[in-house]
Amino acid sequence: MKTGTVSTGASALDPERDTFPKLVRDNARRLGDKVAIREKDFGIWQAYTWSQYFEHGRLIALGLASLGFARGDRVAIVGDNRPQLYWALMAVQALGGVPVPIYQDSIEREMEYIVDHSEARFAIVEDQEQVDKLVAVRPRCRHLQQIVYDDPRGLRGYGEPGLSSLAELAELGRKFEVSHPAHFDTELARGAADDIAIICYTSGTTGAPKGAMLSHRNLIMTARNAADFEGLGADEEVLSYLPMAWVGDHVFSYAQAIVTGFTINCPESAATVLADLKEIAPTYFFGPPRIWESVLTSVMLRVEDAARPKRALVHFFLRLAQDIERRRLGRRPVSLWQRLLYPLGHALVYGPIKDNLGLSRVRRAYTAGEAIGPEIFLFFRGLGINVKQLYGMTEASVFVTIQRDGDVRLDTVGTPIPGVEIRISDSGEVLFRSPGVFQGYAKNPEATQQTLDGGWIRSGDAGFLDHDGHLVIIDRAKDVSRLADGTMFAPKFIENKLKFSPYVREAVCIGQARPCVTAFVNIDLAAVGNWAERRNIAYTSYGDLAQKPEVYELIRGEVERVNASLAQDEALRGAQVKRFLILHKELDPDDEEITRTRKVRRGYIAQKYATLIDALYSGQDRVQVEAKVTYEDGRTGTMRADVVIRDVGASAPVTP
Amino acid sequence: MTGGGPLLVVDGVSVRFGALIAVNRVSVSVGQREIVAIIGPNGAGKTTLLNAVSGFYHPFEGRIAFEGRDRTHLSPPDVAALGIARTFQNVALFKGMSVLDNIMTGRLLKMGGSFLTEALYWGPARRQELEHRAFVERIIDFLEIQAIRKTPAGRLPYGLQKRVELARALAAEPKLLLLDEPMAGMNVEEKEDMCRFILDVNQEFGTTIALIEHDMGVVMDISDRVVVLDYGRKIADGPPSEVRRDQAVLDAYLGVAHE
Repeated sequence: MKTGTVSTGASALDPERDTFPKLVRDNARRLGDKVAIREKDFGIWQAYTWSQYFEHGRLIALGLASLGFARGDRVAIVGDNRPQLYWALMAVQALGGVPVPIYQDSIEREMEYIVDHSEARFAIVEDQEQVDKLVAVRPRCRHLQQIVYDDPRGLRGYGEPGLSSLAELAELGRKFEVSHPAHFDTELARGAADDIAIICYTSGTTGAPKGAMLSHRNLIMTARNAADFEGLGADEEVLSYLPMAWVGDHVFSYAQAIVTGFTINCPESAATVLADLKEIAPTYFFGPPRIWESVLTSVMLRVEDAARPKRALVHFFLRLAQDIERRRLGRRPVSLWQRLLYPLGHALVYGPIKDNLGLSRVRRAYTAGEAIGPEIFLFFRGLGINVKQLYGMTEASVFVTIQRDGDVRLDTVGTPIPGVEIRISDSGEVLFRSPGVFQGYAKNPEATQQTLDGGWIRSGDAGFLDHDGHLVIIDRAKDVSRLADGTMFAPKFIENKLKFSPYVREAVCIGQARPCVTAFVNIDLAAVGNWAERRNIAYTSYGDLAQKPEVYELIRGEVERVNASLAQDEALRGAQVKRFLILHKELDPDDEEITRTRKVRRGYIAQKYATLIDALYSGQDRVQVEAKVTYEDGRTGTMRADVVIRDVGASAPVTP
Repeated sequence: MTGGGPLLVVDGVSVRFGALIAVNRVSVSVGQREIVAIIGPNGAGKTTLLNAVSGFYHPFEGRIAFEGRDRTHLSPPDVAALGIARTFQNVALFKGMSVLDNIMTGRLLKMGGSFLTEALYWGPARRQELEHRAFVERIIDFLEIQAIRKTPAGRLPYGLQKRVELARALAAEPKLLLLDEPMAGMNVEEKEDMCRFILDVNQEFGTTIALIEHDMGVVMDISDRVVVLDYGRKIADGPPSEVRRDQAVLDAYLGVAHE
């Protein structure tokens, strides 16, 4: 058993500053005229100071109080990132209530479940779209009394009872204050650090969503520890563009913003995020891998449109930057000419690209949620953007580990932040405890018990601490199994490595209780097609291209590269890919082989392609397959094809 | 305002092109804040009727009154100045200009000032420009086209161009909005969006709307009243539920539905 940093214990919080509304009041006193929130509205960035933040929140709270709000009442919050909704969070907490943010793109059924399960009495939402959904589910949500909306557009004709605008609510608040002048201050003072601050419903891959309850102490301590660890100050600028219902946004845009007093910026609309990013140029940025990917794609598309000499210049310097960065991360020396060329690259390429993306002021940026492709990670780090990996969970108030500046690696998620303790269970599962450990799932003691084990959270992830104390995440624990000889086998870990190749679109690894690991590969038709065209390899269709010997050779190279990287790790060395085949068709959600969010459905694939799996383990080098395909209009047909199987050489460990 | 009377009265209007009578003694009245749909088979005279109202064609008989006063023989700019704006069957935007500039042209009628002050962007011209821009930003927000503010109109997909055209028409703050096939060529989702925008415009700005549309689902959903033309004559006029059952309409237009 290995243990990370020792916990600093639950420190006491100043009772004047032990809840978020109290901290906002404190910010209003200390940083009154400093901008707390900006929102782009009607084409202009409108700014609100900390004093205004507190005042707006106070009026919303008084309005709620006038409607008979009681301590402990839950309030659903639904909408895009809007200042009004952040104020609503504070307002609800100030009265001792619990906000329950819900994803704005939830369909009625999902919204109904959460509103009903959380027993929300009020809902504060952005606009008509959300009002429509809530009005529809209200008959089945016994507790829901009042729906309050911010944007009145399209809602004037609604004669619905229990429906009012935020402006009307604030007006009620003003009147209520006249008759109850001390109400707000009294309620604010009653709040304590261990009150529940928020319930975040996590959408599990299985079963109904679970509502993770986090206390003020959880969030304040974790936000503060991470801010100290990373050296965040009140001068940070953040773009708040990720869903408010996601704990990440709650911590970055609400908890940390309040704890450190920095400024958050709400984009004009979901479609303008990239343009708004450029205008704001944040200093602190968070994006899941898919955001980084889409930014990279938008850059590369524009590069490909440029004139040839420019394009050559950009490609040359980008390759240089990535090569330098790869060496730096691998603790290998950077040659002198590379050092000399980098400043030139910065002047000609890196600086302009960063400026254009709005990432030139970023001091620290994170990627988390899932594995990021090394090429993407190296691209941004090569530009000189301090992107780092982070590991966190809703149940931990997000932060568990962060890569420390100057200690960034490709394959780890960093070291524990202060106050976090990590332990690896005997079965290889990552366990941790910290001041951020949640208060349990709302109305679900069973799930709480499964996750909380004597103060330790069972993350459900399999991983290990490497010799430098860095956490390495391998896979979801339930997906990790063993080969016939007992070697640990983590399919998703290997599949991700395969998918980092631009030529591999999808991969499925097989190995549980088998003598070795084998893989199904889907090539990326665009990338491999382009590759083939440049080599004058003619092909007619996906199936035809997939079975070309040259393509097999290309993919074999990619698999060997993955094997070489697996060989670096003691724990994974035995699980290299020995044989592979390229599937004759693309895995398709219409054929139920992958989910709509592109998660591989292992069980179904194992059943459907049993003949292929048998062939992989029987030493054949060619197999005939017959598969049912579903066309887009729902008709089905049968497809017959010959599939080639190839062996791959194993890599020996490289001694540094 | 004209009190409770109808906003637009078309009384026995005929339009002819040589020997062809495109619109034949049609009478339609459009009340304040109403949404009226004009439907009919191809060549029924729908666009011609709209063109007569907006001043492109002059009726050869009958009269057109707007807000209770006779407007039969006005030119398009004069009609626009009265508060009637329109969109076109084929999108008619300035393709090379940004969406924002396109919409700003909708404000031209509201702009005063001399050539000199405009050219120097000085004094009242500057203040005026800012006010117009603020109004246009409200429309951009309303129609949710913030992301394409600076995009040249010609580069946009068709559905968005239609929306920009609506924005430009709204920029003129019309009392009456004439929409010629606002949803032609759109997919289902774009149509739903457009329906919502039309209803919201009607509700938020109190704009009276007359539209030509072929999609029956849309027509039945959003209009207060439906006017049916066939070979230049009006054959039905009433709420959607009645028009739908009208035998003359079924024969002329929805033909397949009965038998």
